[in-house]
Amino acid sequence: MSDVALPNARTRSASPLLLLLGRLVRRRLVLISLFILLIMLVAAVGASWIAPYSPRRMDIAHRLAAPSAAHWFGTDEFGRDVLTRCMYGAQLSLTVGFLVVIASLTCGTVLGVVSGYVRQLDGLLMRITDALMAFPDILLAIALMAALGASLTDVVIALGTVYTPRVARVARGATLVLRELQFIEAAEALGASGRRVIVVHLLPNLASPLLVQGTFVFAFSILTEAALSFLGAGVPPTSPTWGNMIASAQEYMQNASWLILAPGLCIVLTVLALQAVGDGLRDALDPRLRRLT
Amino acid sequence: MTRYLLRRLAGMVVVMFLVATIVFVIAHVIPGDPAAVMLGPSATAADIDALRARLGLDASMPVQYVQFLESVIRLRLGESIFLSRSVTQALAERAPLTLQLTVLAAALATLIGIPIGVLSAVKRGSMVDQVLTAAAMAGASLPSFWIGLTLIEYLAVRLHLLPVAGYGPPDAGVLERLSYLIMPAIALGIPNSALIMRFTRTSMLDVLQEDYVRTARAKGLAPATVIFKHAFRNARTSVLTVIGLTVAGLLGGAIVTETVFALPGVGNLVVSAVLRRDYPVIQGALLVISGVYVLINLGIDVLYAVLDPRVRY
Repeated sequence: MSDVALPNARTRSASPLLLLLGRLVRRRLVLISLFILLIMLVAAVGASWIAPYSPRRMDIAHRLAAPSAAHWFGTDEFGRDVLTRCMYGAQLSLTVGFLVVIASLTCGTVLGVVSGYVRQLDGLLMRITDALMAFPDILLAIALMAALGASLTDVVIALGTVYTPRVARVARGATLVLRELQFIEAAEALGASGRRVIVVHLLPNLASPLLVQGTFVFAFSILTEAALSFLGAGVPPTSPTWGNMIASAQEYMQNASWLILAPGLCIVLTVLALQAVGDGLRDALDPRLRRLT
Repeated sequence: MTRYLLRRLAGMVVVMFLVATIVFVIAHVIPGDPAAVMLGPSATAADIDALRARLGLDASMPVQYVQFLESVIRLRLGESIFLSRSVTQALAERAPLTLQLTVLAAALATLIGIPIGVLSAVKRGSMVDQVLTAAAMAGASLPSFWIGLTLIEYLAVRLHLLPVAGYGPPDAGVLERLSYLIMPAIALGIPNSALIMRFTRTSMLDVLQEDYVRTARAKGLAPATVIFKHAFRNARTSVLTVIGLTVAGLLGGAIVTETVFALPGVGNLVVSAVLRRDYPVIQGALLVISGVYVLINLGIDVLYAVLDPRVRY
């Protein structure tokens, strides 16, 4: 009997990453979303090489030109190429999103695990996250921007502060569930140190809920960054962002609707793709949830 | 119930104390001299000293902190630097508009989100469900300022159906006022309706799997009776929770929406305060908005207990 069961168990645990990818790609929406994200990534990383123009090159003779072969997404009020500026906007949005995910996952996981493990700190830490989450995302972000400044680092600090409590909540919840499970108890009974239990047994099991949460944080921070730069409270307007492109296009939108459409679609497609991937990841990582939905 | 309420109120006081502390910290991480930052580069040294004295910035940090908490408890939010009025007065003048906008948007979000969520759960796995779920995800990905500008472009500028922006002349009637709020409420309501739809769908799916729903179906009740009398009644408490969660989204979204539509509400006040570095106004708005959020969520938790007798206090 065990001869039959063993190889089966081994193949199942052989390559969890491949299995996960397989499950993800089987869903068409996730596949399309990954493709969109890949395009955005290529546009962002390669902006300085593949962008057709310079993002600051003005061409007054061709200002507010409609989309054409020379300017796929048209030109803005200074004759700057909208496609090029969208690509540089992607660079900024994706950089902000990525750094915010790294920052909030790191801080949030530490806070969440500490909260789940150290009873004495749990109450205080959770009340602090309650307090931070009592501010609407944009309000907290914009107030922090008013205090910090207007650099990329400031945007990342502001959004990282906004999204850390959310990650901490997830990490704490999962920690509380996991630490009651027998394999953790077994490790403790075998005399493993607290650090070893956390690093070897707890953190790998936190990875999936945190990965899902990280994808959503990525999506939300792109939306909030766009709102910040739309309001003029993001990075300085000298660097093109999707948000500040839409803000400066407001005056001209009657004659040049592409000025609003192009960066708007960039935001929507990226955020939508990230949310779809997040949903797909959640379903693929937790088969119990898939049956429910 | 009384004990539960008292415990929740005590928890609320702790959270508000921490909120006040966070607001204090935000105002004091400003690099350099806040008074100089607020007055800009053209200010004279005497002006800056005067403002420092007015804001109590010369005292040591712990003393400032205690003074700040004291003024928060007394609901004294200080004076605006640019508006020549108290922060309380500025907020009170603008609150009614923001309140109308958020209530209208919340009503819209609920009216769209709940029926679609129920429908999607009932038709689970069908084409209808897939389209509605995808639409909800798209709705949650739309920035409200982009929806707003698109509405202005089509409904106001091209079709002349609604006024472009602003809040009308001071003597405008109720209906005219309302016409200025329709597009902002849609722009603010759509992203939030997506959230409500998804949550309604999930809670309905949970409930539809329950044995008593199967029993109700098995004994031959009409599908509509099963869905509304048996399933939805039990899903509505969790739907209440998500409406509470959207409060934060609505209040935050109002900041952006009011800017797009040039509505003189609290959100507009916050944005202009941020752009001018009017810190007393920013602090006051942070305190008041988070206070509203905490209060509404307390109210919802209490309502939750009232609606669902199984919830133990």
